[in-house]
Amino acid sequence: MGKLTKVARWIDYRLPFFSFIDHELRAYPTPKNLNYWWNFGSLAGITLVVMILSGIFLAMHYEPNTKHAFDSVEYIMRNVNYGWFLRYLHANGATMFFIVVYIHMFRGLYYGSYKAPRELLWILGVVILLLMMATAFMGYVLPWGQMSYWGATVITNLFSVFPFGESIVEWLWGGFSVDNPTLNRFFALHYLFPFLIVGVVVLHLIALHQHGSNNPLGIERKEPRDSIPFHPYYTVKDLFGLGIFALVWSYFIFFNPNFFGEPDNYIPANPLVTPPHIVPEWYFLPFYAILRSIPNKLLGVVAMFSAVFVLFFLPWLDTSKVRSAIFRPLYKWFFWGFVVDCFILGCVGAHSPDYIYTSLGGLSNQTLGQITTLLYFAFFFIALPLLGRYEKTKPLPHSLSEPVLSKHTKIKITTLFIFLFWGSLSPLYGTDAAPLPHESWSFQGPTGTFDRTELQHGFQIYKQVCSACHGLKQLRFRDLAALGFNSEEIKALAAEYKVETIDDEGNVIEKPALPTDVISGPYKNEEAARAANNGALPPDLSLITKAREGGANYVYALLTGYETVPPQDVHLAEGMHYNPFFPGGQIAMIPPLSEGLVTYSDGSQPSLNQMAKDVVTFLSWAAEPELEERKRMGYRVLIYFLVFTILMGFVMKQVWSKVKP
Amino acid sequence: MTEETLISPSPSKKEPTRRDFLILTASAVGAGGAAYFAWPFIDSMNPAADVLAQSTVDVDLSPILLGQAITVVWRGKPIFVRRRTPEEIKAAEQVPLSELIDPETDQARVKKGHDEWLIVVGICTHLGCIPTGNKPTQNRGKYGGWACPCHGSLYDTSGRVRRGPAPLNLAIPPYTFLNPSHIRIGVEEISHG
Ligand code: FES
Repeated sequence: MGKLTKVARWIDYRLPFFSFIDHELRAYPTPKNLNYWWNFGSLAGITLVVMILSGIFLAMHYEPNTKHAFDSVEYIMRNVNYGWFLRYLHANGATMFFIVVYIHMFRGLYYGSYKAPRELLWILGVVILLLMMATAFMGYVLPWGQMSYWGATVITNLFSVFPFGESIVEWLWGGFSVDNPTLNRFFALHYLFPFLIVGVVVLHLIALHQHGSNNPLGIERKEPRDSIPFHPYYTVKDLFGLGIFALVWSYFIFFNPNFFGEPDNYIPANPLVTPPHIVPEWYFLPFYAILRSIPNKLLGVVAMFSAVFVLFFLPWLDTSKVRSAIFRPLYKWFFWGFVVDCFILGCVGAHSPDYIYTSLGGLSNQTLGQITTLLYFAFFFIALPLLGRYEKTKPLPHSLSEPVLSKHTKIKITTLFIFLFWGSLSPLYGTDAAPLPHESWSFQGPTGTFDRTELQHGFQIYKQVCSACHGLKQLRFRDLAALGFNSEEIKALAAEYKVETIDDEGNVIEKPALPTDVISGPYKNEEAARAANNGALPPDLSLITKAREGGANYVYALLTGYETVPPQDVHLAEGMHYNPFFPGGQIAMIPPLSEGLVTYSDGSQPSLNQMAKDVVTFLSWAAEPELEERKRMGYRVLIYFLVFTILMGFVMKQVWSKVKP
Repeated sequence: MTEETLISPSPSKKEPTRRDFLILTASAVGAGGAAYFAWPFIDSMNPAADVLAQSTVDVDLSPILLGQAITVVWRGKPIFVRRRTPEEIKAAEQVPLSELIDPETDQARVKKGHDEWLIVVGICTHLGCIPTGNKPTQNRGKYGGWACPCHGSLYDTSGRVRRGPAPLNLAIPPYTFLNPSHIRIGVEEISHG
């Protein structure tokens, strides 16, 4: 102990590391009245670290090449140890990061944290937000799915409105369209930007520590008893918050990993087909809605960029001398109105431009978008400057120790508000998709596991029926061990397939596939597949249940939903079949299943519905082979963080019991 | 410490001296060098030589039936080749120019004597999505041409934008009729044929 302090002192004399930590993290005087909304700053910092960490490890396996990017992501999901965990941690982490940062910003807005002398603190925060947006956008391109590709196309095209726009866009692309050079540079920059963010975060913290945190009352601290040291009071409070945050994040990683994702991004990028409904990630939706609601390209783009850049001027647009909304009776309502407006903009961005809200009296999405866009800017350019001038604020307390509003009313008001709020938005949630019949699946829900018999039967159907046209190229024969096949059976199964190789003399020969080979489709290439199928391309089925809205229910509905006689108003093109569940109603695939098509090894002849159910169960496994392991690990993680949070809660109570309000 | 002490005392409003001149020149040389050094980095991001190499594509028109369209790829971009029906041509020709967002006659968008064939770059001029409508089963929008799925722009049977946010008509790529049933995309016609 004595020696250690000696060493520490020796170091500290030359490099003041320990006194820095002591000064800025331990003793750092912090207002004693910070509420839970102040937790989100530290949460953002922790999320940034986790994102960088998981990102670096993902980058060790990812291949930034248009030919391999999509498959390498699936390779990570299926073959890399805990690869699915790293990827879901990272993908959901982006969502968590934005949730945390948006709340952090709304908190700043509510309590006036950007006002003198903290203007630069706020501006550095907006810089971080911009860098985050760029990073998130480029990261979303990397999996090279349909949404990645078309998101990249639309966003980079935004720059075409500027002078020399064409050249700028081609410079960004490194070609005449989004292509390999684009993917490569996005990967390089996606790796770089987080470290720039770290740099700006350091500046943000320096600026923060210059004048210390703002607080819910928005008045400066006057006496020493207004402050408490950061450690242990806020370290333990931040850890408690971290526990709750980790619970939420883990829930999504382990039990609902694709909740924030788009099914279309499990379809490999296709530069010739734009998906019928392209949307950005949820955290860009409000800005996307602003872009779309203005029917003029230049103005739309300008409005969208202004919606972000206006934040830089916030400290000067808000002319009020009083910081906290607690003492601003009018501003409080404008603030909440603004929050609601942002949410509605988000809903507008999620729907297609022609969407009509029938429950809102036939309001069109376009109109709603225009109104909410107007309100968005009105908040900054009309409400904030005028409120500062005309609002009659309540008297400010003299010190942080003076009670203002009892805690209970505060909590009640907040809860009431949140409920009203979600309720009032419900008409906006409706989707454009046709309703699907719901089957009950063995693997659904937080505890579901795949029914092994259904899996084996499903594989039999795939092999005897589907494999005539469809491949499963993300799967290897050895993966079938999960279905209960032993290694001999797998070898035999693989040997039924042929793969091309080159012999010693350079000739192309065919030989039986090995268990380590992928289950490829019957066609050599896309052209051959289209030629054999009336121009339609039978999709690879490895990800089909993840790549379609509605998932397993959709595939089941499609398989069982064929109608031999199409409705009167549908004119089937030649070689097409009518299926109401297929977009457009016309599908090239002949009804694949029929009664008596297969006989299971136990001698039973399944009904058509049973066959569909078996094969969809098998395909769901093919899409998410990690599902059972994921849920198992999820329970362990949730229990851990539950214990962690409760413990921290007790420690926090203990530590804070000494602080007088 | 006041703000003023931070600013170094400046020789305010003096005649430019030899020293000022030297400082100015040195800065200019330094800035020029920095810009020259930066240029290779910036330019390295522009399309590489092989991407730039102009290519041409020949298209056989004979398999395209009346009212149908195909997509061919030229320079990584989809090109729509559409064989228009007489009604579609008539509809395109009869629209008064005053109704158009980007006024252009139909004749200016096709090759003389080849009214039937509309050849356009299949990229929405708004933000670069591929409009639907090449297949008759797809949505063509209320003007019968193409409809962009991204932000709802609509194009008519001449590929002209009729509803925003797209600001311009679908672009016409350079192409030549080699004979009545073959075109070459990538080269502009030299003589009228
Ligand atoms: S890209 Fe076509 S409307 Fe926006």
